[in-house]
Amino acid sequence: MLDIQNLQVVYGTGRLRVDAVKDVSFHVEQGAAYGLVGESGSGKSTVLRAICGLAPVSGGRVLVDGKEVTTPRTKAFYRTVQMVFQDPYASLHPRHTVDRTLSEPLAIHGEKNDAETRILQALREVGLGPSFRFRYPHQLSGGQRQRIAIARALILRPKVLLLDEPTSALDASVQAEILNLLDDLRRKLGLTYILVSHDLAVVAHLCERLLVMRHGEAVEETTAEALRSGAASNEYTQSLIQASQGYSRASKQPATALAG
Amino acid sequence: MTKPLLDVEDLRVRFHLRTGTVEAVRGVSFQLGRERLGIVGESGSGKSQTGRAILGLTPPPGEVTAKRLAFDGIDLLTASNRTLRTLRGGRISMVMQDPKYSLNPVMTIGEQIIEAYQAHAKAGRNEARDKALAMLEAVKMRDPGRVFALYPHEVSGGMGQRAMIAMMLVTDPDLLIADEPTSALDVTVSMEVLRILDELVTERGMGLIFISHDLKLVSSFCDRVLVMYAGRVVEELEAKNLREAQHPYTQGLMRCLPTLVDDVRPLPTLNRDPAWAL
Amino acid sequence: MAGAPLAEQPAGLRAWLLSPEPHSRWQARLGRFYLGWRAFSRNPLAVVGLGIVILLILLAIFADVIAPYSPVAGGDLRTQRLLPPSETFWFGTDDQARDIFSRVVYGSRITLFVVVLVALIATPIGLLVGTVSGYLGGWVDTVLMRITDIFLAFPRLVLALAFVAALGPGIENAIIAIAITSWPPYARIARAETLMIRNSDFIAAVKLQGASTPRIILGHVVPLCLSSLIVRVTLDMAGIILTAAGLGFLGLGAQPPMPEWGAMVATGRNYLIDQWWVAAMPGLAIFVVSLGFNLLGDGLRDVLDPKAAK
Repeated sequence: MLDIQNLQVVYGTGRLRVDAVKDVSFHVEQGAAYGLVGESGSGKSTVLRAICGLAPVSGGRVLVDGKEVTTPRTKAFYRTVQMVFQDPYASLHPRHTVDRTLSEPLAIHGEKNDAETRILQALREVGLGPSFRFRYPHQLSGGQRQRIAIARALILRPKVLLLDEPTSALDASVQAEILNLLDDLRRKLGLTYILVSHDLAVVAHLCERLLVMRHGEAVEETTAEALRSGAASNEYTQSLIQASQGYSRASKQPATALAG
Repeated sequence: MTKPLLDVEDLRVRFHLRTGTVEAVRGVSFQLGRERLGIVGESGSGKSQTGRAILGLTPPPGEVTAKRLAFDGIDLLTASNRTLRTLRGGRISMVMQDPKYSLNPVMTIGEQIIEAYQAHAKAGRNEARDKALAMLEAVKMRDPGRVFALYPHEVSGGMGQRAMIAMMLVTDPDLLIADEPTSALDVTVSMEVLRILDELVTERGMGLIFISHDLKLVSSFCDRVLVMYAGRVVEELEAKNLREAQHPYTQGLMRCLPTLVDDVRPLPTLNRDPAWAL
Repeated sequence: MAGAPLAEQPAGLRAWLLSPEPHSRWQARLGRFYLGWRAFSRNPLAVVGLGIVILLILLAIFADVIAPYSPVAGGDLRTQRLLPPSETFWFGTDDQARDIFSRVVYGSRITLFVVVLVALIATPIGLLVGTVSGYLGGWVDTVLMRITDIFLAFPRLVLALAFVAALGPGIENAIIAIAITSWPPYARIARAETLMIRNSDFIAAVKLQGASTPRIILGHVVPLCLSSLIVRVTLDMAGIILTAAGLGFLGLGAQPPMPEWGAMVATGRNYLIDQWWVAAMPGLAIFVVSLGFNLLGDGLRDVLDPKAAK
């Protein structure tokens, strides 16, 4: 479904040149969920933005459904690939009601005819009732906003959903709800996910395979299964696993006594 | 410790807004010795307002009341502004979430630490400078002399937070309040910062209040944990006994996190019982 | 607006307006409007400002009914010239034996005309130039902003003078001249706002839905810039009225016998010592209306642009 071949993203030139992503490749099957894990500055979000055209593809190729993407992206591309952003407080237009936010993609793609039914259906899909339709973002909680953002991404019926830290701005209990929702939607609608997160546990929960990134480079491609069994070979991945277990007083020694 | 370092009884923080009065903290009581106390809760639980109220940093429309709010026998509610000023930053310090907003952008890190030190200790310039350098070393800066002369924007988030800790600990406080000190940092960096904090607190025998949304982190770092919900402490327990938590909210918070250990699907979600907020 | 049966039970109406779950687009919009009004009405000075502006509008609409005499045709030149304010002539009469009160009332039409027209010309130009320049950036930004700088460099009154000299005196030319010199600050404000908005996630999100650039600018960027611009335009209204009056005073704006306030002050200049009311009454009108717009602008800023208020 999605093929990233030797992707490079470079910002600026000369002394200001920043190699945000250096030679990253991966492949995602139709209906699979693929994770990109790393700390800030690892280039994981940049990969996502390069796929959807918010960051330049400086080298390598991005293939969706076997076809290389064009710059600028076509309308057909946006019908196939949609994105959910990290901060639900920033990703909804503050002066637009939910109704306006959800009808905008339909209007852009000239599908206004059955807008009403589709908006209500989209709301239902993300677990919100019709009473949310005419609310403004400030009348919604963080979790509800993120649900609206997901509904907006899904209303065009895309095949691929790019998820940029979709739960990191949310409380733990709300995170669980959103993760369950994403899990359900993928199964129901046969979606393909690419999830970017700094949280190994979240990625392992949602994705089958994942790529660990650091300083714009791929460190290791591994599976959620391998993470759970502690079979990650790379030292950096190990340190991430360890850090995700919480603070440990004894961990001054090398990571041998990994909590199981 | 016979006498607690900090004694809080029935602490309330109210905000009188146009739309009505909002009670952010509703009767929190706890005692703190020279130990590490964690306060955990989700956004809006009042955990940060509790920390701020202790320091007298409640933002303007807020009103703080308590049956008792005493630090080392000094009543913080009736103390004069002057006493409060010497306590604040002297014997009680606070580390905030994001060093970017807590450090002065137009002063070098070294200058800021010196200033913090001189504000509370009668010390000459040279002594303060030595103290600042020693402090930067204590927070494991690789090259204290270089960091000393840097401006906050020239250092990374982790270094900034360590500089912040250095600044807050230079006066040898008895109590440190850390409000989400590592949430803005990467996991590996935050472990480093926590280790430094842990060592300093243990070495100097300070009391620490660690405020965070991260139950896992707090329980692995602290001795004792207060779980807050809707402005109240719903449960207080020893960190090591977290698994035996009684309150459904604490249990729910524990369970709803995905883990690397096992694969629960769907994740149990929290059914908020309105009775918890009563 | 809401129907009469709802208005009878204010509690019900309020609840309906403040409902966290609006049932229609209209209810959502009215609810927002109501919240804005509540914030606005808490500022008494702003309400006074609004009152003055509304009064100006009413005066302009009903000038025929309100004014007791003709604004143009004078009375008996032998007996009714330069009479002081009295019961028959509330504001006195001028050198042509015309009732000053009637002239001030009719003058409100001209003032309103100037204000509305300048706002209608300058605001869209400024908004468009600013948002396009801020959103597109690059050379478009450079070119548009340099053009703005050029216009900004003209002293308003001098350009207006040159304009009027070229096109001939008259209120329309004065308006065009004022409008042309007043849009650059709006363009700058709109651009500054756009620069903040353009990198936000909600713009990225609509980009990812495949929206065209005009659609993003008009549908998503402009509405967010509009409020701070409205505030600024309202605050500028006082200046615009003064400039229009200034042009009238210099004889380059409205031409006699039009009852333009600035021109009236100019006439009164000759009698300032002995017949003070000839200049003072229209002057007072200019003062009150300018003040009204300023107060209104301040109040609007508190509601629409909370960042700037602090």
